[in-house]
Amino acid sequence: MTTLTDPPKEQFRLSMLLYDTRYRSATIQVIAMIGFMLLAAWLISNTAQNLAALGKPIDFGFFSEPASYDINQRLLDYSSRDTHLRAALIGLLNTLVVAVLGCITATVLGVIIGVLRLSNNWIVARLMTIYVEGFRNVPVLLWIVFIMAILIETLPAPKAFRGDNATASMMLGDSVAVTNRGVYIPEPLFSNSLGNIHVFGESGLRFDISLDLLAILVVLGAGLWVSSYLRKRADRIQEQTGDRPVTWWQRLAVVVLPTGLVLVLLGFHLGYPELKGFNFQGGTHLRNSLIALWLALSLYTAAFIAEIVRAGIMAISKGQTEAASALGLRSNKIMSLVILPQALRVIIPPLISNYLNLTKNSSLAIAVGYMDITGTLGGITMNQTGRELETILLLMLVYLTISLSISAVMNWYNESVKLKER
Amino acid sequence: MKKSVLLGALTVAGLAAGAAAAGTIDDVKARGKLNCGVTTGLVGFAAPDSNGEWKGFDVALCRAVAAAVLGDGNAVEFVPTTGKTRFTALASGEVDMLARNTTWTFSRDVDLKFEFVGVNYYDGQGFMVPKALGVSSAKELDGATVCIQTGTTTELNLADFFRANNISYEPVPIETNAEAQQQYLAGACDVYTTDASGLAATRATFEAPGDHVLLPEIISKEPLGPLVRHGDNEWADVVRWTLNALISAEEYGITSANIDEMTAGTNNPEINRILGTEGTLGEMLGLDNQWAMRAIKVGGNYGEVFAQNIGESTPIGLARGLNAQWTEGGLLYSPPFR
Repeated sequence: MTTLTDPPKEQFRLSMLLYDTRYRSATIQVIAMIGFMLLAAWLISNTAQNLAALGKPIDFGFFSEPASYDINQRLLDYSSRDTHLRAALIGLLNTLVVAVLGCITATVLGVIIGVLRLSNNWIVARLMTIYVEGFRNVPVLLWIVFIMAILIETLPAPKAFRGDNATASMMLGDSVAVTNRGVYIPEPLFSNSLGNIHVFGESGLRFDISLDLLAILVVLGAGLWVSSYLRKRADRIQEQTGDRPVTWWQRLAVVVLPTGLVLVLLGFHLGYPELKGFNFQGGTHLRNSLIALWLALSLYTAAFIAEIVRAGIMAISKGQTEAASALGLRSNKIMSLVILPQALRVIIPPLISNYLNLTKNSSLAIAVGYMDITGTLGGITMNQTGRELETILLLMLVYLTISLSISAVMNWYNESVKLKER
Repeated sequence: MKKSVLLGALTVAGLAAGAAAAGTIDDVKARGKLNCGVTTGLVGFAAPDSNGEWKGFDVALCRAVAAAVLGDGNAVEFVPTTGKTRFTALASGEVDMLARNTTWTFSRDVDLKFEFVGVNYYDGQGFMVPKALGVSSAKELDGATVCIQTGTTTELNLADFFRANNISYEPVPIETNAEAQQQYLAGACDVYTTDASGLAATRATFEAPGDHVLLPEIISKEPLGPLVRHGDNEWADVVRWTLNALISAEEYGITSANIDEMTAGTNNPEINRILGTEGTLGEMLGLDNQWAMRAIKVGGNYGEVFAQNIGESTPIGLARGLNAQWTEGGLLYSPPFR
């Protein structure tokens, strides 16, 4: 007969926290965490105390005071009587504009250059190498300032367009004026405008939604939806009968005709820039600060993207190309149908960080006087209100939010192009 | 990542705030050097000359303070600041004083927690345009493109002026005077606006100054003066009375030429008190009795400094105007040394 005895109950002793390997790592982590939090608490309380001693406790009340300064490029209505919050919002939109424009241009340029750098044509490949090395090895700030200087010094001032012996003239049938203050292009106008929807009343975040734009987008979207339905129907018929009905003119018509009709009904016409007084009036004014920043950021980032694209393509084994050409595909088809879709898996993750870099580099805007959020909130507002800590913390929060949003969108896209393992 | 950035910022802020609380005069003496914030370069007011030596109207005040406190007008570290960085530099303790065409305003004095110790130049905001533009008044500038230094009171005055006159303009914000000059000369802006003295100084550096005119309108009051941090009254007193000593010296005829003679003693007790041969004014300031004598000696009295750097005989050619002594119809009026 055997007697079952309970295993001796192990008693927990304090020393086991240190000597027992089961607990040791937890102990160390808890101590490290406490130390880190103490340090953080000390820093925060030290800052708060010193600010209080200076008589400047953290206070965001300045946001509701009038900004008193003007901003040249504003996507929403703004005057110097609006609040600092409104000024920050205008700046934020300017940051987003240059970031979005920059990311698109940099991607297009980067993909073209990256592919061309792998070209068998010796001159083309070398030229692209020079481009990449030239742009990515010079600080982007210098490129921004350099492009701005070129725009200012080489293009004609508006007064050169004036008088009988004008030294400069407008381009494309007098519709585009390229000056050293920026480029003036025609703007879309509607003579039977539907008006705007006013959102958020009179608050600092108010904005208008153009009903004209909304109407056009709705009609265009509907047209595209019908068009895609036609395509699917054609696919279905092809699968069933082997014959594909000719639908391209139907698909084109359902998109173009209704949209054109809406444009005509709204009285769509172009407003051309005209030299009046000191400057061109009317049309859309792309300021040279925007152009310089946009170009410099795109060209600079494109050099990095080109390298990423090249790396992505080279990561695809040569066998893929050979297999595709054995199937009879031509080389441009091989690139767009076989190589690039696979290369995207390698390209997207580093591409995200280049988008983030471009967005953060846009904070160099003040070098050319582009009023982005660093120029408004982190520049003039900070200077006029003296709230350094508040504005800088907010600014960091804004960039963090923008960057995380870009990451989120791009990661979602990355998921969709990733190799599907089933 | 987010946390470490935040902590970094807090550390910087914490250290900066800590540095600001100490007694500046002791810091300066211990360091043996005065850190003086000046512009990044405005000829006549503060700019390095061809030898790399800082020269100008504001620079002279830095040197006078250094001479008063440290006995050496060259014991100055000039820290170039832009319109945007100047207040942070002063508040954080990076500079001991700011002598940088800075307008004395209520909010800077009260809300930004600075102490303006006096006015060394009474100025106002003006406009400069090319003669060829054919403009004779600022009110004709409807629709013009205006170059403006960002982070200044001129930016706010400009917005107010155009709003009050119900005319529009296109602001081109710029960091430094040099960039503004480049854009203005290339015709990227029609008008350059800043303090009238700054316009005159900038115009003097042009190849053809005669092709540019200053418009008659002066749209603001810009009392420019040196400033220090709020709450350090001993240091504020030193800078304030050094400025007053320069102004009084002109009033009483003390010049760099006759100062040695006058230091031997005069019949005027006020002069004796300034130069330290009578009374103990210097000790009350925490300095020695020759402080004002040294301050005046290093660059001369206010009138001499003005004439050498920005006066009518210089390319900048500013008249004394409001900046004449009160005895000659100007606004300069030093409280008595007593």
